[in-house]
Amino acid sequence: MNILRKPKEEMKYILATDVGSTTTKARFFWKNDEGEWRFLVAGEAPTTVETPYEDVTLGVRNAVREIEELTEYKILSEDASGIVVPFDGQRGVDLYCTTSSAGGGLQMMVAGNVKSITGESANRAALGAGSIVMDVIAIDDDREDYEKIRRIRSLRPDMILLAGGTDGGTISHILEIAELIKAAKPTPRLGVDYKLPIIFAGNKDARGEVKTLLGEEFNLSMVDNLRPVLEKEVIEPTRRNIHELFMEHVMSHAPGYDKLMKWTDIDIMPTPAGEGLAMQLIAKQFDTNVIGVGLGGATTNVYSIFDGRFVRSVSANLGMSYSICNVLKEAGIDKISRWMPFQIDEKEIINMLRNKMIRPTTLPQTLKDLIIEHAIAREAIRLGFLHHKTLATRLRGVKVERDIVDIFDQTLASTYIDMMKINVIVGTGGLLSHAPRRIQSLLILTDAFQPEGVTRVFQDSVFMMPHLGVLSTVYPEAAWEIFDKDCLLRLGTVIAPIGEAGEGESVMDVRLEMPDGETMEKKMKFGEIIKIPLPSRHEAKAKITPHHGFDMGAGHGKALDVTVEGGVEGIILDARGRPLKIQEESNEMLIDWINTLDLYPADAVKRLEEE
Amino acid sequence: MVIANKEEKITEEAHAYTPGLKIKSSLNLRKRRELPIAGKVLVNKGDTVDFDTVVAEMEMHGEPHIVKANLLLRVDAGEIGQHMLKGVGDEVKEGEVIAQYIALFGLIKRYVTSPIDGRIDSIGASGWVTVRTPPFTVDLKAYIPGKVVEVIPERGVVIETTASFIQGIFGIGGETHGILHVIVDSPEDVLTADLITPKYEGAVIVGGSYVTLEALRKAVEVGVAGIVVGGFDGDDLTKFLGYEMGIAITGEEEIGLTLVITEGFGKITMSPRTFELLKQFDGSNVSINGETQIRAGVIRPEVIIPHGEMRDRAVDDELSSGMKPGTPIRIIRHPYFGLLGKVSSLPVELQVTETESSMRVLEVELEDGRKVIVPRANVEIIEI
Repeated sequence: MNILRKPKEEMKYILATDVGSTTTKARFFWKNDEGEWRFLVAGEAPTTVETPYEDVTLGVRNAVREIEELTEYKILSEDASGIVVPFDGQRGVDLYCTTSSAGGGLQMMVAGNVKSITGESANRAALGAGSIVMDVIAIDDDREDYEKIRRIRSLRPDMILLAGGTDGGTISHILEIAELIKAAKPTPRLGVDYKLPIIFAGNKDARGEVKTLLGEEFNLSMVDNLRPVLEKEVIEPTRRNIHELFMEHVMSHAPGYDKLMKWTDIDIMPTPAGEGLAMQLIAKQFDTNVIGVGLGGATTNVYSIFDGRFVRSVSANLGMSYSICNVLKEAGIDKISRWMPFQIDEKEIINMLRNKMIRPTTLPQTLKDLIIEHAIAREAIRLGFLHHKTLATRLRGVKVERDIVDIFDQTLASTYIDMMKINVIVGTGGLLSHAPRRIQSLLILTDAFQPEGVTRVFQDSVFMMPHLGVLSTVYPEAAWEIFDKDCLLRLGTVIAPIGEAGEGESVMDVRLEMPDGETMEKKMKFGEIIKIPLPSRHEAKAKITPHHGFDMGAGHGKALDVTVEGGVEGIILDARGRPLKIQEESNEMLIDWINTLDLYPADAVKRLEEE
Repeated sequence: MVIANKEEKITEEAHAYTPGLKIKSSLNLRKRRELPIAGKVLVNKGDTVDFDTVVAEMEMHGEPHIVKANLLLRVDAGEIGQHMLKGVGDEVKEGEVIAQYIALFGLIKRYVTSPIDGRIDSIGASGWVTVRTPPFTVDLKAYIPGKVVEVIPERGVVIETTASFIQGIFGIGGETHGILHVIVDSPEDVLTADLITPKYEGAVIVGGSYVTLEALRKAVEVGVAGIVVGGFDGDDLTKFLGYEMGIAITGEEEIGLTLVITEGFGKITMSPRTFELLKQFDGSNVSINGETQIRAGVIRPEVIIPHGEMRDRAVDDELSSGMKPGTPIRIIRHPYFGLLGKVSSLPVELQVTETESSMRVLEVELEDGRKVIVPRANVEIIEI
């Protein structure tokens, strides 16, 4: 990695871009007269990875040119052949960095011995490096050999991660998987002029044999075993290797990237890896457990940092445009329509979603369309989070001492994520950023993740998390300053006890001491949800007393004294119970929530109900 | 630093977010026909080719079949070489013994036979033997008639023809060709099963606003090559395919015909321009392809009507020059979905829609004379 060209204190301007699959987004940062690093302006242009352009730098130039027009400040070189680095007193920036997901991002195939042990560790390593995992092939994945071979052949991944076996253990299984790969002879997606990279991160005793089998036909590299012993998972060397290969082989074969690589001061990073770093930065700065989601058009990425452990999952086929029909397929029509306060013909929703799939860049013009998209968003995140929990698990194959209670609780046994211990939820992606009312994105995140206890909810203001993530690798102080002041929009704090009751039964009493000294008391009944205004960066002292059968984290019925922070939507008292149950056949309760929270324009909702 | 107001900087002319679908009565079309892997090109520059002319071919590796020989013989993986009767590259027949284990003077005999006719591909360190079916040849057809104007060594050719060209919005099924028959009277008509008779075997038939599931099934039954129609129901797509499609990457379906939808899902009148153009070529031999890919690198389904004559001025495959007042457009989202019109103005200011979002909009004069406001993202330019 290159080093900064100037001492940090002398730096003045930073440019970061994200070359997305459809849009290239440039963000311009500067150190203002007060010496603070701030976001200045954004420029966007269509990505130019495809014919007739086939050169990503054109899109980057167009996006930067928009910034130039808006600021009347020159960043591009005279002949527009590159970016002027460093700032020369007249033009240019002191640092240029970029992330990229153009051309479908990094697509990998993972192969391992036992699906639930090495397959899962390999999957986590690949996902953590920002890749999309197309499939996990394992000895015990219940497919016949010929089916596995056919699958490997048809996938055409950018690279393969092969893992399996503990060091010193048996090597026969890993060789079997290697044989399957050899027999399938997969070719890389981006052209046939280079050998497909394979990373071997398995039993080190098998290296010689794996080399004999695969060394000639593939670009084989060896890294430390992901699971040297069952009790240990070593992800970092694999993750680093994936990143190097991504730069060397995948990126350099994508159109125009050879040029872009010369423009940037630091390595190009896959967009989800940048987003993941941003989430980690939040967890570090707030010193807390965080769950984040990047809800995109094609994929839903979920990130968790729980007790210091970072996990990323990507649901490659859950998204708001290209993959919107997969949400319908996975969730089912009933789960989607339960979030709609009006009756709608099943056929109409299906056609609407299919039309969005084939024309993914269209925007809802009617409230009905907007509500349908918000319903889909809830389900996409919910499903993405379910998927995430299957990856955020204790190491399988390891004996864990459990409490007697845990044994009866399958969820606890499978994932270590405890929503009561998650204190921050973060959302990013076009739908959330563009929601006309902030309460809409807050409630989408609340309904999908179902936070428990006291949870702050943030959102990326204008999509710059990947940019700040990559920036944080070389200049974390500047990245955080911009993050805190311009990127992280504090939506509010959700107070939600666990438990269930009958409609109208008492759930909790909340006493709030507001910053102006005023005291407020609320008695919440089951099914209710309200908001109390409290601006961002203001605090209130809260005493939350859950009623019988409800828990705020201190134990059933035990009061909790806590300081809560405000946000653009203030404090949300959510007495709808956890787990949240939505009646699929009745929408009365939903209409109550919409009206109380002022979620959508009331008169328009009423009209829709009556239609 | 002074930041200019973004709105003041945007000129009236603006690019459509959704590239327009092409409907061209005549254009000089160049088709690149390329093999996915290196092979042999069978035609020369200057040759004239027809729909079914094979322009290139490639040899594909056969299907591999793995035989777990060491397990069957009950020997260590490392010892398998000693027991093989056939070596790498040897041809074998199905049932032929390829390895054996004989011990105790023949009292214990174990054999491994080949599961297929093929060739021994590898004898692995894991004790597995891979037998591969013979390589096979895959042909690449011209797909459109025309002249070979370029040969891409080992890969394929570029064919040039003069044709009418219609892009659809979504399709299923791959490349095919047949005689075009417009079998409805107007672009609003529905294509029903009773309209499809055996005389349309091998033909490409054109419907109006909608095709019923029954009609589609009947078309498969009589052997229709392709259907071009305005709309189709999303849930009928699932019923027809037998599975629910999650993302729009199509073209590989083996469903007995190729379907090209020109407008979208639901019942939507086919653009009169498209309908008229198709009608004009009733009886011509046309190529159609349902392949659709709606990701970066969009691929749309197409109807190509080769006719060898330039009717209008030659239009290159240039990029859309953007929208301006007078540009013909199609609205592609509710509440005016499917309606056609032309841009009447492109207000610079953002406007608030019913959703309360501030959006870049345009004013459209619909074909019935009404003027409506639509987000710019929700229209497509009709390229003519």
